[in-house]
Amino acid sequence: MVGELPMSDETARGPERPDYINDNPPTGFGVVAKPLGLLERIFDRGEVRKTLMLIALALVWEGYARWLDNPLLFPTFIDTARAFLQGLRSRELLSATVVSVTTLLQGYVLGLVCAALLTAFATATRVGADLLDTLTAMFNPLPSIALLPLAMIWFGLGNGSIIFVLVHAVMWSVALNTHTGFRSVSQTWRMVGQNYGLSRFAYVTRILIPGALPSILTGLKIGWAFAWRALIAAELVFGVSSSGGGLGWFIFQNKNLLEIPSVFAGLLMVIIFGLAVENLVFRTLEQRTIRRWGMQS
Amino acid sequence: MATEVQKPLLDVDGVTLQYRARDHLVTATYRVSFSVRKSDRYVILGPSGCGKSTLLKAVGGFIKPVEGTITLGERQITRPGPDRVLVFQEFDQLLPWKTVEQNVLFALTSSGRLSGGEAVDRARHYIEKVKLTKFADSYPHMLSGGMKQRVAIARGMAMEPEILLMDEPFAALDALTRGQMQEELLQLWEDTRVTLLFVTHSIAEAVRIGNRILLLTPHPGRVRAELGSTGIDAIGADGRRLSARIESLLFEGEPDGRRAAHE
Repeated sequence: MVGELPMSDETARGPERPDYINDNPPTGFGVVAKPLGLLERIFDRGEVRKTLMLIALALVWEGYARWLDNPLLFPTFIDTARAFLQGLRSRELLSATVVSVTTLLQGYVLGLVCAALLTAFATATRVGADLLDTLTAMFNPLPSIALLPLAMIWFGLGNGSIIFVLVHAVMWSVALNTHTGFRSVSQTWRMVGQNYGLSRFAYVTRILIPGALPSILTGLKIGWAFAWRALIAAELVFGVSSSGGGLGWFIFQNKNLLEIPSVFAGLLMVIIFGLAVENLVFRTLEQRTIRRWGMQS
Repeated sequence: MATEVQKPLLDVDGVTLQYRARDHLVTATYRVSFSVRKSDRYVILGPSGCGKSTLLKAVGGFIKPVEGTITLGERQITRPGPDRVLVFQEFDQLLPWKTVEQNVLFALTSSGRLSGGEAVDRARHYIEKVKLTKFADSYPHMLSGGMKQRVAIARGMAMEPEILLMDEPFAALDALTRGQMQEELLQLWEDTRVTLLFVTHSIAEAVRIGNRILLLTPHPGRVRAELGSTGIDAIGADGRRLSARIESLLFEGEPDGRRAAHE
């Protein structure tokens, strides 16, 4: 019916609509941005939610262990906690942790240095980029622990072998992520850097590194996790090094003694350390940098 | 008429630009010549594919011409430098890891233009000029698109470059903001008399911003015309508005153009 009428025919489209101007928009809507309630704000905090999650997991553990009632297979959470505190008090667990962490940091830092050199070479030249691509494709999938037998022949039964394995664990993922990050730095930022006449060094430190920081942090995190895994595995195989046993050795030894709560305590220590580094170090780093800058939501 | 002829500030002479695409060597502009005088608002206008952005980047020193020369003052342009500051179309030209003030400061200090308190004063002065003093400590991701472009313009102007190169700086903005930004840019120009080289694909924008308008034809970019503008789309001697003249020059002026195809 509408189609038969010409569109310009006003009367056919209903009565005329007068202009309408509102000089007094309604008031009384209260506050536009109303603050959230206390409970909502508490649950908005990731730490609160995650702590609750951890408590829930501990409760499930305790419940299951009690129902199973076999401390040799699966000790309760309370027994594990007791063994954990005992280990700390007798300094056995504590010194094992110190040994592991010291070795870990040595390997990690050395791995980062190697990764930095490799990335610098890859960023500066095309040969370097090809080399990095090829080496990473070859070595990144290779489990670090598979190199341990070789490392023991090359570096002997000292810390050297473990550090070699750690460097291998850290280096490739950090180098790969950093290089990928550099390559994906926006063309506009690069041109801005050149426009304001940055020197080559300043260009890297003031444009490339901050621009690639999301990838670099990812690389650091992956490298850290790989290193931690490789270390515990190496210690399990390797046992005592010159400076005393690490956490892996602590776990292995207590298994031999059938001190299962202590085995769990050792594992708990590994987990707690991982959580702490992830949440304290890396999370803080992310919040201070890429989140604050809106580069990651 | 002025008695002495003003020497051009920027001289582009027979410039041919080429760039390598995936598997072609593309000629972006072919033997383009024009010259910009001090305090000009010089607009390069053309449809997409006329190489206007490439031309601007060549003036910026990011691309080397395969033929012809570009001269600023007495020096031939060979590489990027802080005497020619580029304002981009993209909102991500601000460095996200720096606040508004730090972005402006970064430009001043890393180019060695100013340092210390002087740099801070200059940065604040130009941030105030673009009315963003309240947001000086905000990070770019907290700003709207128009505000980001204002920061970029403040950063460029704070350098007090010999020529400010603008690559469609308002193209990604909504129409209302764009109109406002054009107005603000003209006001800033009134205050500073900075030489502008402004690239756009919008005829209305060219007419409003420019005092000289260079028209380029596409594929590759060649000079079609250079016209004066008073900013109000005035009716010329031939009884047509400037925008209508530009349109006919760009689209109907081509021999055997679209009209032939329709007839």
